[in-house]
Amino acid sequence: MLKDKDRIFQNLYNDLGSDVASSQKRGDWVKTKDLIDKGREWIIEEIKTSQLRGRGGAGFPTGLKWSFAPKEVGSRPHYLVINGDESEPGTCKDRDILRFEPHKLIEGCLIAAYAVQAHVCYIYIRGEYFIDGEKLQTAINEAYEKNLIGKNASGTGWDLDIYIHYGAGAYICGEETALLESLEGKKGQPRLKPPFPALIGLYGCPTILNNVETIAVVPTILRRGGKWFASLGREKNTGTKIFCISGNVNTPCNVEEEMSIPLKELIEVHAGGVTGGWDNLQAVIPGGSSMPLIPKEKCETLTMDFDSLMAEKSGLGTAGIVVINKDQDIIKCMARIARFYKHESCGQCTPCREGSGWMWRMLERMAKGDATKDEVDMLGDVTNQIAGHTICAFGEGSSWPVQGLLRHFKKEIIKRNNLDPIVQKKNNIPYLVDQHLLDKKNA
Amino acid sequence: MSLRRPAKIQPESFEFNSSSLEAANKIVSNYPEGKQQSAVMALLYIAQRQNDNWIPLEAMKYIAKFLKMPYIKVYEVATFYTMYNLSPVGKHFIQVCTTTPCMIRGASKLVEVCKEKISENECELSIDKNCSWMEVECLGACVNAPMMQINDDYYEDLDREKTLKILDKILKGETPKPGSYRGRINNEPENNRKTLIDLKNA
Repeated sequence: MLKDKDRIFQNLYNDLGSDVASSQKRGDWVKTKDLIDKGREWIIEEIKTSQLRGRGGAGFPTGLKWSFAPKEVGSRPHYLVINGDESEPGTCKDRDILRFEPHKLIEGCLIAAYAVQAHVCYIYIRGEYFIDGEKLQTAINEAYEKNLIGKNASGTGWDLDIYIHYGAGAYICGEETALLESLEGKKGQPRLKPPFPALIGLYGCPTILNNVETIAVVPTILRRGGKWFASLGREKNTGTKIFCISGNVNTPCNVEEEMSIPLKELIEVHAGGVTGGWDNLQAVIPGGSSMPLIPKEKCETLTMDFDSLMAEKSGLGTAGIVVINKDQDIIKCMARIARFYKHESCGQCTPCREGSGWMWRMLERMAKGDATKDEVDMLGDVTNQIAGHTICAFGEGSSWPVQGLLRHFKKEIIKRNNLDPIVQKKNNIPYLVDQHLLDKKNA
Repeated sequence: MSLRRPAKIQPESFEFNSSSLEAANKIVSNYPEGKQQSAVMALLYIAQRQNDNWIPLEAMKYIAKFLKMPYIKVYEVATFYTMYNLSPVGKHFIQVCTTTPCMIRGASKLVEVCKEKISENECELSIDKNCSWMEVECLGACVNAPMMQINDDYYEDLDREKTLKILDKILKGETPKPGSYRGRINNEPENNRKTLIDLKNA
């Protein structure tokens, strides 16, 4: 288990208070000027050494992302945007940072804004977190009062303004370009990439987007050194991470742990074990609802990091772990996730808009046992028609959980759904006949 | 996509009152000059707060003029995002999360209680016209499942009895205390904390 002194978010459970004075006692805002005085290159180099990967789901190396920002500020100003639109089912880590560790985030904003030469930073928070956003606003006001941000922030000579922008219940705005559209006051529909936001982003200006957790760990990394951060976890999967363990466990919780921690340790030690014992475990969704589930057999030895989960054809995503035990109907659980994606599709690309509803309706029928034998393969076909055929990664996000279900629980679906196809395949049926007419003679 | 339609009965006019106007001007100043369209989401919230928690079409027209943008663009935004209520909701607006992490911990029981206490169907006003409820997608408090949101507050770690008690208070016009209803502190593992122990005891 990670030592307490190596935990970055000391106030994860709000034992100490989130105001500026107690944050300073914990080491926030201590000699921020010294860090910034070491210069842009040093900051970016140190983040590269730490091998920090984005905590928002995609796991893109943060230092590399920052180095994409233009070196010189041209006619267009640079922007820093923080993504706090946490809406992935199973994930609730950013909320705790916003309400209990806001000063880590604000200090991270100052350092990141300096590194990418931005004078304005927008923090995009999902609309439902209004109360938590108010707490962050209080912290921002405190920071302005103490001149930690604002004109000549922390005495560094750098000006920084931070504004909060509330979303309004659209999951898709967690996608970076959709978030930018939303910030510009439009519908949150993703843009085509390239051009990437680092060159053409908010208002057509160079924009760096990072997750709340990514930015909040930056000051600690710089203070303790990139090497310290890289010494935790394993190569390319370094540092600590807040894991959210929910579902059928005895004590669901958020906990900060080292990367590459065994999944079993997380569940057994921190979450108090699976409800009904380890043997009652059915499957685990390892990284928020859009990652394919992992069946029990593999959970015994699984370690939680980007690469080892990728090897299991799943992903770390946001590290929102949903534990599902044998009392639950796995098909129903996935049908509910499919309903979530049907509800949240932005409607821009046809495969996703139509396909997400299609998957949901099929899964609902499969949960009831009303589907025919051939539909199981058809469902797999539908997921393949969506994934990779959309502008943003929502297509993958909505079809991966269904593909995971098909990969590991196909037998269960087939066992429950063994109705004969409505139209028996006949050799003389032309391919593009309206199949629903065939069961009526003379139709 | 979610299907959203404006209410059939609409008020004839809408205007920001002085406090809304002040808030709106402050928000507009957060964005660069000429980019005041960015403020449309915040202004819709302000309109919603002023107008008993829902947005009439007149408010969209007013905001369009206020921000010098086409009315259809405001309409697009208001109908795209699900947190803008396009028809009247109760003064106490209850949203029950029923996405998978809440579902497997018994969110359906919360829905049952809402049906018993408030109204048979979602998005329907209760008899005294003070309450309405709806099922929503993930509210981002999964380790506190099952949970619901009443206006801005989160009520976490619920079950049937606790939900009944909360709704009884709401129907009486009281505001119950938000947060966890199993007495745990924030998102720590209940009676099982293994980390940051020194700080807890400090």
